[in-house]
Amino acid sequence: MLKLIASRIATAIPSLIGVVIVTFMLTRVLPGDAAAYFAGPAATPQAIAEIRTKLGLDKPLPVQFVDYVTALSKGDLGSSLSTGQPVATEIASRLPASAELTLSGLILALAIAIPFGIMAAVKQGTWVDHACRVITTAGVSLPVFFTGLLLVYVFYFKLGWAPAPLGRLDVFFTAPPTVTGFYLIDSLIAGDFETFRSAAAQLAIPTVTLAIFALAPIARITRASMLSVLSSEFVRTARAAGLTPYKVIMVYAFRNAMLPVITTLGMVFSFLLGANVLVEKVFAWPGIGSYAVEALISSDYAPVQGFVLAMAILYIILNLVIDLAYGVIDPRARSEA
Amino acid sequence: MHGVIDMTQATTLTPAEEARGPLLEVHHLTVEFATRKGIVTAVKQVDLTVRKGETLGIVGESGSGKSVTSYTLMRILDRAGRIAEGTITFSGIDVANATERTMRDLRGREISMIFQNPRAALNPIRKVGDQIGDVLLHHLQAEPRNVKAKVIEILEQVRIARPQERYHAYPFELSGGMCQRIVIALALACQPQLLIADEPTTGLDVTTQKAVMDLVTELTRARGMSTILITHDLGLAATYCDTVVVMEKGKVVETAPAEQIFRAPQHPYTQKLVRATPRPGIALSDLLPEAPAVPSPLPVGERSAPQAMGEGAQTSSQMPDPVHAAPLLKVENLLKEYPRQGVPMGFFAGLMGKKAPPEDALFRAVDGLSFEVKKGESVGLVGESGCGKSTTSTIVMRLIDATSGKITFDGMDIGAIPAKEFAHHPMRRRIQMVFQDPTDSLNPRYTAARAIADPLLRMGEQFGIRGAAQMRAKVEELATMAGLPLDLLDRFPHQLSGGQKARVGIARAIALKPDLVILDEPTAALDVSVQAVVLNLLEELKQTLGMSYLFVSHDLHVVRLLCDRVIVMRQGKMVEEGTSEQVLEAPKAAYTRELIAAIPHPPV
Repeated sequence: MLKLIASRIATAIPSLIGVVIVTFMLTRVLPGDAAAYFAGPAATPQAIAEIRTKLGLDKPLPVQFVDYVTALSKGDLGSSLSTGQPVATEIASRLPASAELTLSGLILALAIAIPFGIMAAVKQGTWVDHACRVITTAGVSLPVFFTGLLLVYVFYFKLGWAPAPLGRLDVFFTAPPTVTGFYLIDSLIAGDFETFRSAAAQLAIPTVTLAIFALAPIARITRASMLSVLSSEFVRTARAAGLTPYKVIMVYAFRNAMLPVITTLGMVFSFLLGANVLVEKVFAWPGIGSYAVEALISSDYAPVQGFVLAMAILYIILNLVIDLAYGVIDPRARSEA
Repeated sequence: MHGVIDMTQATTLTPAEEARGPLLEVHHLTVEFATRKGIVTAVKQVDLTVRKGETLGIVGESGSGKSVTSYTLMRILDRAGRIAEGTITFSGIDVANATERTMRDLRGREISMIFQNPRAALNPIRKVGDQIGDVLLHHLQAEPRNVKAKVIEILEQVRIARPQERYHAYPFELSGGMCQRIVIALALACQPQLLIADEPTTGLDVTTQKAVMDLVTELTRARGMSTILITHDLGLAATYCDTVVVMEKGKVVETAPAEQIFRAPQHPYTQKLVRATPRPGIALSDLLPEAPAVPSPLPVGERSAPQAMGEGAQTSSQMPDPVHAAPLLKVENLLKEYPRQGVPMGFFAGLMGKKAPPEDALFRAVDGLSFEVKKGESVGLVGESGCGKSTTSTIVMRLIDATSGKITFDGMDIGAIPAKEFAHHPMRRRIQMVFQDPTDSLNPRYTAARAIADPLLRMGEQFGIRGAAQMRAKVEELATMAGLPLDLLDRFPHQLSGGQKARVGIARAIALKPDLVILDEPTAALDVSVQAVVLNLLEELKQTLGMSYLFVSHDLHVVRLLCDRVIVMRQGKMVEEGTSEQVLEAPKAAYTRELIAAIPHPPV
């Protein structure tokens, strides 16, 4: 197993190097002059040149790249030009907010989509199957900002069940002491149930918004792969041996059907990271997505580079976890490693 | 000829057992499937009786409804199928109307099943021991604390070596024969009264087939179980069963004691099947039904019409006598090595001092093989799976490179041409291949005509075919030679039957007028009656076109019918070589004798 992890991490290194090079280049070729932007509209050419020298932007690109990589190797992602804060600390404080939202969205989606997909496959052609089709079609066709706004309108504005969509906590609460950065977990560790309830209430609607989006592909793949496994020969053997439908479906069919579902999960997670940017904007969520969008608009290189790098690392870790999960479920994958 | 066959003769039961009556009685069973094209009746008015301790064989070709019948007995038909009519009584239980709960108790404990393709019949990601344990636990034959011991006991009964270790094995880690033993263990775990074996040995080697069938017979006899053996192989059924039921298109056409089915088949379909079954002491033409009744694969007029193939064709009278002819293909000291899996290899292993010695790291698929194929000769390459016969044919075909050795084709050292370049080499045209699976070896998006034209479009410059009309004429000529009706030429592979697809494959292989055709088990996926026709077609084409054949097969009877000489291979080496008669009737090597003994010997 350790060998597998090591080899997977080794194969990730070239992609990381690629990400570093590409993000560096991309931010440099983007239109807009950062020095001019920060000097302000009334700045003289001299002042702009001064800022440019200060930022190191007058040096040739290769030199800038070496500077960037040298700083990166020391864990320094640079500082945001607009806020002056180091990017590394910003990301460290904002990443848990995004991760908490994405993961709860994914877990909620899984909790609904997998049983739904199984039911749709087992009772193929019944009302469950049709309901599954309608809901998944709706899930993929509605953009997240729309479902987000719709949910806010209904549950906050009309019914008043949800709190105002303004960040991770109600204004009257203070954030729990940081352990994991996930408010739900941190507040439980601190034993502060009032804060937990507030954090959960704030999280509910954005989570549902993301879950509706993520639910569709998971339910579809679960249904399709369950259908193909249910018609396979070993399921017939299990039925011919008189095993109960529950055992046949859950132990024989479902574990095999999980393999394509897990592969899809990796893709769904990366879609969610993208969808996050919009959801964070709608719910004023202090996450990494909204941070990156603001930085990109103001040609602020360092946060954009930091964001892309963080996402790439996250994605590589996720794929590693998926590969390992594959190995746990499928003995054939284990032996190939 | 007897008029009606007396059923009671079929069994060897004592009167006391007889008195207990039948274990399973099927009366007027009709099974229908709801399909998009309406209702299809797969099984029509079938009557079956299985007594205690009896072995009943159900024989039929694909589409005869034999498997559907067996699934119906277990009530494991898929959603679209239903029992339209008839009764099934299993030791007093009305199976057709029993509740699902009753059926679950019956399945596995009273009636169990062995399937074709043992590897697919086992859950690929669950340990085989746990799979057997699931059945034992479900039917309360074991408790969680002693289930492992019970499973190991059962594994020992089906002769699995090292059962303690195998308990933890996954199906992909076991051989096909071993997987079938696991499936048998699964079926016999709860000591059922009736075992249904659905093509239990199809796809297994003859020696494995014999081992599996002997094991099933021994275990079921020892327990006084009844067995239903479903097979397409009349010889297998007649060898292992007491009574044989022959099915055609969903109907039972004949029921007879096994010893009579070969000796005195009553129904015309049974007679056709008996004739088509390759067996000792017959010639190729004996496989076909008697002459006048049958459309020959080639219209009579064309057999002596070599001009159809242009200047290069030879009639059989012009053919050189194969014994004295010059060698067309000469293979000398052929060696093919593959790295063994799981052995540390390469740079990193070498760096860490873990590199295995070369002889352990390499696996010799072909180990110093030498043979010749003369002009106009058919040579059979026989052996069990893994003996290197397919590797040899692939190397001769120049699709892969040998590790060492020399391959001379018509005086030219083609072994020296790298496999990558051979595809464009002019010699490519002269060696062609007919593949094992007629379905998988055709492009599903090409029509039959396009598939046959394919080699002509790629390498057929010297035939001077200009334009679509000439190509069509050429394709029609080839299709006629291969016995493919011309109105089928515009169909896609999924619209053709297995035999028709085989003909397309043959027409494609002869399109470039090759000198050597490699036949890689060309009839293994076909029904016996279709196999009989295809084998005769191949023989006629060889005579007409003067080709040589290298025939790769595991079936010694088939090889004997088509080949002049036979090479028996084992573990990459030649075990025996000789004329077909010598090798089959007076085998010298012990291994050849073992192979011959493993072929089912029906009572004739």
